[in-house]
Amino acid sequence: MTAQLLTFYLFSGVILISSLMVISTKNPVHSVLFLILSFLNAAGLFVILHAEFLAMILIIVYVGAVAVLFLFVVMMLDFKTSINKDNILQYIPIGILIGVVFIAELIIVLINTKFDLSNIQVLPNPLSDFTGKSNTEAIGSVLYTDYILYFQLSGVILLVAMIGSIVLTLRERVGVKRQVVSEQLQRQGKIDLVDVKSGKGVDI
Amino acid sequence: MISLAQTYFIEVMTIILYCLLIFVPLLLGVVMALYADRKIWAAVQKRRGPNVVGPYGLFQVPADGLKFIFKEIILPDGSDKTVFLIAPIITLALSITAWAVVPVQAGVVLANINVGILYIFAISSLGVYGILMAGWSSNSKYPFFGALRSAAQMVSYEVSIGFVIITVLLCVGSLNLTEIVMAQKTMWFFIPLFPMFIVFFISALAETNRPPFDLPEAESELVAGYQTEYSGMPFVLFLFGEYINILLMCAMTTILFLGGWLPPIDIYPLNAVPGFVWFLLKVIFVFYLFAMVKAFVPRYRYDQLMRLGWKVFLPLSLFAVVATSSILFFFNLAPGM
Repeated sequence: MTAQLLTFYLFSGVILISSLMVISTKNPVHSVLFLILSFLNAAGLFVILHAEFLAMILIIVYVGAVAVLFLFVVMMLDFKTSINKDNILQYIPIGILIGVVFIAELIIVLINTKFDLSNIQVLPNPLSDFTGKSNTEAIGSVLYTDYILYFQLSGVILLVAMIGSIVLTLRERVGVKRQVVSEQLQRQGKIDLVDVKSGKGVDI
Repeated sequence: MISLAQTYFIEVMTIILYCLLIFVPLLLGVVMALYADRKIWAAVQKRRGPNVVGPYGLFQVPADGLKFIFKEIILPDGSDKTVFLIAPIITLALSITAWAVVPVQAGVVLANINVGILYIFAISSLGVYGILMAGWSSNSKYPFFGALRSAAQMVSYEVSIGFVIITVLLCVGSLNLTEIVMAQKTMWFFIPLFPMFIVFFISALAETNRPPFDLPEAESELVAGYQTEYSGMPFVLFLFGEYINILLMCAMTTILFLGGWLPPIDIYPLNAVPGFVWFLLKVIFVFYLFAMVKAFVPRYRYDQLMRLGWKVFLPLSLFAVVATSSILFFFNLAPGM
């Protein structure tokens, strides 16, 4: 138990510190790297909760794909000219406002349930029994049955977003020669394989 | 506090011992892989390869390592020094970390976790950070372009590797690496899933920046890519990380398609051989293929590389996922159904 507690404090401590560093470092690339560090430690927290599937998916999707693209974009910015920390004070009021709203919401939720989260009816149907199943199996067994509509819907939204971004950025450029591999492979009679005799050469 | 130390001391010590049991053979494997790579390449080109230091040139790689250790570490002026030094450490550490879940024999594995294959996939998708950080922090044009190329390449080929892994998982019904191997008792997966075996092999080449996909380090265009500014020990860390990743991909090919530690036929003289010998033989065979590809195939052009990843492998592997699951469903072959 103690080891679990220690690892929990380690992971959450690193999350807090690195999240602070995300907003306080001057260099945007360092900010993204700290963001990645906090993602990784959040995955560690999932592992402590025995949600290893979620942890791995968090790393694969957020750290392995989303944050890479993030870093990609930030790396190419010319940040040396764009840093302006003088007007940092002007963001403090709205930051405090958002923080207060979050804390108020948390307090309202905790007071309403009187710290007893067991009797909240979140789901229309109680979940089936998951004992003896690994959590990958458990997630799969509800995701593709009870929640198939939501799952499909989010898939469609992602597809629409993907097609939309392609349509927005696609532009036809005229006068560009492109390599069409299928045409190259279908070329007949234009290429001969010639066994060149030594000292004779070939006729062209 | 004393009881805490007593409870965990032995446990921690055993874990450290196990880690050393993985780490030391792995380093030895990297040294031999570097040597084999150079020897095979030389043999294809009718050269001798390293043959001066030690018998058959066997000590060439340790000698090179020693040379690198004693070289000065040059930190480029204007580089981001912290990130510059962290990048190679991250590359090496991640590549070693992935080996924690690789089973070399039935039950012989440091961490037999339920999501083993996802773990390896996650760790190898993190590998791109070492390269990106190195390229950016060098504050130089060649490393930066090398890093951009490498990141785009690794992210692209990860997609098709993911789908290939899914086709295998459909036939197994578990994410555990040991169970993936045990599911191949009757037939190794490279027979029914042969096209996916090829896709995985080529994607593994691209994922580890091996020739013919070594564009991030294409010396005719980018000097040495993201490693250009590195010297001495950090360079060795990159080199070792890269080769450990290559060995990991060989081990993954072995586990997913070539039946891991299982003998080719389950009859007496073959199944009396210990499992890790078979595992090692198969890894060496796949590495031999990697080395031969390096010697035979000319380097791809960058747009061809991207075309292969997105327009050939992605549709192919996506189709394979649908086809495999349909066949398994209609013939009632799917595990757990």
